[in-house]
Amino acid sequence: MGLDFSIIPKYMDVILLGCAWTIGITVAAALLSFVGGIIFAVIALYAPWIVRQPFRLIEWLFMGTPLLLQLFLIYFGLVQIGIDLPAFVAGIIGLGLHFAVYNSELIQTAILAVDKGQMEAARTLGLSRAQALRKVVIPQAVRAVIPPIGNNMIALLKDSALVSVIGVSELTLSAQRVIGKTYRPFEFYMLAAACYYVINLCMEWVQRKIERRISISR
Amino acid sequence: MTEQTDFVQIRHAQKSFGELEVLKDISLSVDRGQIVAIIGPSGSGKSTLLRAINDLDALTGGEIWLDGTRVNKDLPHRQYEKHINEMRQQIGMVFQHFNLFPHLTVRENVTMAPMLLKGLSKDEANALAEEQLDHVGMLERIDYYPSQLSGGQKQRVAIARALAMKPKLMLFDEATSALDPELVDEVNQVMKTLAEEHMTMIIVTHEMDFAAAVCDRVLFMDKGVVVEEGPPEVIFKKPTQERTREFLRKHIEGAK
Ligand SMILES: Nc1ncnc2c1ncn2[C@@H]1O[C@H](COP(=O)(O)OP(=O)(O)O)[C@@H](O)[C@H]1O
Ligand SMILES: [Mg+2]
Repeated sequence: MGLDFSIIPKYMDVILLGCAWTIGITVAAALLSFVGGIIFAVIALYAPWIVRQPFRLIEWLFMGTPLLLQLFLIYFGLVQIGIDLPAFVAGIIGLGLHFAVYNSELIQTAILAVDKGQMEAARTLGLSRAQALRKVVIPQAVRAVIPPIGNNMIALLKDSALVSVIGVSELTLSAQRVIGKTYRPFEFYMLAAACYYVINLCMEWVQRKIERRISISR
Repeated sequence: MTEQTDFVQIRHAQKSFGELEVLKDISLSVDRGQIVAIIGPSGSGKSTLLRAINDLDALTGGEIWLDGTRVNKDLPHRQYEKHINEMRQQIGMVFQHFNLFPHLTVRENVTMAPMLLKGLSKDEANALAEEQLDHVGMLERIDYYPSQLSGGQKQRVAIARALAMKPKLMLFDEATSALDPELVDEVNQVMKTLAEEHMTMIIVTHEMDFAAAVCDRVLFMDKGVVVEEGPPEVIFKKPTQERTREFLRKHIEGAK
């Protein structure tokens, strides 16, 4: 049988619903990875030893093991200790923390790269170290890493397909389900690819807008 | 050794970075409203002395007093942090490279510390910022970002930012050295205005003419000691020390 794209409109609602889930999970996980990245970076750089050590274990877990395994662990593993999360929540947490660790690495480097004079000027005015970090150093560090964090978020979008394995009907799993009914893998995988591409373009557009907005304040 | 009458007192300040002794037993007192210039060759410890006054560089020995309170008090860490943050609110500092906060507008640069530390409301802080920026002639640029300003404008904003905390003492570390020559004057004018208002100031500078015109007293430092100090007409016209004469001679040649 040849290719027949005319079948697509019939299943478009399923695919669009999948898109909505992918976008929702990606945005939520991106926010988590951003806020988490800042918190992780501050812990890694400034927390006392006793906090830093267990934290390094978490960091190693999220950097040194496959994301797939992390998703299984959060969704299936945590049930055993009484934490029974809905699949999409487990997916958001897994993706969010995974990328938080990567964002944290970027933010740490950026914090250390903020001109020493900034901290000094803030301290000279009477700000405490914590206030200076919060008001002066971290906002500048975050501005500096918007472009590479944007790249991480594109990677996050692509990796969001992995949450299909714990049964979240996001875009990839929706396409699979439709293919199960129609036996039209090429058409629907191509459609899913096109959807990812469009979402990707939107994310890049948002990123460029943010970068333009902050360029004056750097 | 405890009660101090002078407004600013530096007593036997000693500072080493590892093996390197940068300040060797320096004592200095400044009266309220007095303006003191510190001159000397590069590396002589001028910045270190200035930065010791607000404890940006902690002394390894000696005492700093401001208006009857010891700045570098012996306190347990937590209490010391609280104390030094309070002291620093009373000591304004202006840096060679301005160190404005690039992510904040001119207005926010000025309002941040008063809002955060003195509990000013947004309206109060805005009024204060407008007043201080007007004072340094930067009111029209209140909603600009630092990246949109010239060096001289940045430095004037930095001065306004420091003044907004209503400091008792202002420290200037080569405030005009990083500026293009044509922008030096606008900053000097602001400093002159402060002098007329009797702000107590300690000014590290390479500009002998400015020091002579504005300052009550000039200190010549070399290799971590105060070689000579006195009124500008004495230090610049008839210094008693050979090292001072040599420095001034070289400096005049260098300026030509
Ligand atoms: N943080 C530091 N660590 C080590 N040495 C320093 C430090 N800051 C200053 N110094 C040294 O202290 C000496 C005095 O420096 P500084 O006070 O900046 O001199 P000045 O301002 O008169 O040019 C110099 O030899 C300088 O290299
Ligand atoms: Mg210096």
